[in-house]
Amino acid sequence: MLELIIIYTLVNGGIYALLAIGFSLIFGNARVINLAHTGFFMLAAYGLWYFMRRLGLDPGWAILITVPTVTLLGILAYRFLINPIREHLAAVLLMTISLAIAFQQLMKAIFSSYYWAIPALIPGFRNILGISVTNQMLLTLGIVAVVVIIVWLILAKTKLGIALRATAQDAEVANLMGISVPRTLTITMGIATALAAIAAVAVAPIWIISPDMWSPPLVMVMVIVIIGGLGSIKGAIIGAFIVALVENSVKVLLPEYNYLAVVCAILAMVIVLIVRPGGLFGVLFEEEKL
Amino acid sequence: MFRRLFKDFRFSVLPVPGRLIAIIFFVALFIIPLITNQSYYLFVITMSNILVIFAVSWDLLSGYSGQVNFGHALFFGVSAYTVGLLTKYPVFGVHLQPWATIPIGALVATGVGVATCFPALRLRGPYLSLLTMAFPLMLMGLVMAFKGVTGGEEGISNILPLAATYTARYYICLIVMTAAVLIMWKLTDAGSKYIRTGLIFHAIREDEIAARALGINTIRYKILAFAIGGFFCGLAGALYVHMLGTASVSYLSMVMSFQAIIFVVFGGIVSIYGGVIGVYVLYTLLQFLGMGSGGSTFVGRYQLLIMAIVVILVLLFMPEGVGVWIRDRLERECPRCKLTNGFWRRNCRACSASLH
Repeated sequence: MLELIIIYTLVNGGIYALLAIGFSLIFGNARVINLAHTGFFMLAAYGLWYFMRRLGLDPGWAILITVPTVTLLGILAYRFLINPIREHLAAVLLMTISLAIAFQQLMKAIFSSYYWAIPALIPGFRNILGISVTNQMLLTLGIVAVVVIIVWLILAKTKLGIALRATAQDAEVANLMGISVPRTLTITMGIATALAAIAAVAVAPIWIISPDMWSPPLVMVMVIVIIGGLGSIKGAIIGAFIVALVENSVKVLLPEYNYLAVVCAILAMVIVLIVRPGGLFGVLFEEEKL
Repeated sequence: MFRRLFKDFRFSVLPVPGRLIAIIFFVALFIIPLITNQSYYLFVITMSNILVIFAVSWDLLSGYSGQVNFGHALFFGVSAYTVGLLTKYPVFGVHLQPWATIPIGALVATGVGVATCFPALRLRGPYLSLLTMAFPLMLMGLVMAFKGVTGGEEGISNILPLAATYTARYYICLIVMTAAVLIMWKLTDAGSKYIRTGLIFHAIREDEIAARALGINTIRYKILAFAIGGFFCGLAGALYVHMLGTASVSYLSMVMSFQAIIFVVFGGIVSIYGGVIGVYVLYTLLQFLGMGSGGSTFVGRYQLLIMAIVVILVLLFMPEGVGVWIRDRLERECPRCKLTNGFWRRNCRACSASLH
């Protein structure tokens, strides 16, 4: 029982962390709440499925085509759709949710609303702590760990990462220091979308691919970034594992009430918000304080 | 009295195109059942009228008082399920009629609106939006978890119809819609001498600290906004359930919440008529266009896709909304006395100042 919860928490938490880091990055830098984030995630999953199953390409090639394409799409969407209205909160939320709905309906129109699946990239399973774990889950965990470390290294050690963090702290001063803010924001959006696409690559063989697959993770990502604090990478990772723990505990302990998982996750969020209105590691700007 | 009404009509409605169009529109709605007898047309327009209440109540809560609520479906769904449960479990062995269940549903939604304030009013901006967005999903999880009580995915069916005939249902919804829109318009009218809420909502949206410095208890007015928004949204939800006959979980979905926002932003936010325009263009028009041959026409198949693309284009090219954009073309404000004039006038109709 406990082992099951731990394994599922690690795998799901890792995927949520990948999605939440991207969501948090773009919010922290551009102050944009990108509700289309998991829309890009869905597009990448569909791309992977299309190249692997319909065109019969090698998994490696499929990933190599899908991830850059979706990233480019994200950058284009940011430049031409989100950037012009970036200042208005409600407009941005509406624009991004419309994008997500448009993606969903497009996928429905092209591939109809059937459920699709991708075979595991590495077949087989092994015994860990007395329960059988598929190799695909371990691969997913590995991808997540490597990507999170790479993102952390980029943010902490490179010049680009310093520029990103400076923009997040104060865009105006960053601009005065010679950092091109629009370019930084575009790069941020690229990184965020790429993270969503990689999450899709890691998760597509485990989850079912359908036009509706974007909304459950979006809810979870929202809950995670609010618990962790909008804009905080550390908060996103910790929040992801908290939420995954709550969700999977409910699913394992009360299998007949597995819809309560979302309820418990949201309750956890409400409690965190009442105790700390900015989330665990969030930074409230002066104008956002009450 | 009639002379006074005629005078009002002659001097403050006829010269202003916006008001004239609004009156023609409502008169047309009242005489439609006399012209056509097709139940489908009446049904679609009835549903549009219910959605108008839903959309306009979002505009009152989020547009006017600035509390951007992304979970408006919560009030809608709460009211719908209240009606459903009242039908499923008779109170003291009596099956309540629609005239009793609709007010109860609306009042429960009002209570939920006030209850949401406790966590919601501690937050602002993006945090408030994301928190409110999560509430209907939470209720959806509860509904799905306790299948025995709520019926789970299938929902509660066999709810009593609103009235016996389509025409009667049409008129009930139309009258409720007209009354609700009039009340909300008056409540948010910043120029009113008798009702202060409109002015205060504007003040809270523009600068809450300044409003507080003027001695306004902003928390109380925000709770009031949630209560009013919840009440009218609950009214819409209860009518909707009685029209369709089933209470299902889709009323609590994210798409439902965003429908209200899409309608209002399309028509023009912070303008009560924006929601009306949004619903009648994006819902009614698309329904009529998508009808023919069993909903298999192009518009019928891709309705949601078209809606999403239209919203993206509107946000990019007419950020203040289609309704406001058209109004700006039709009306011109006098620079000296601030009176509204028709677009065809060169001089103001009251003070004859040049309008150019």
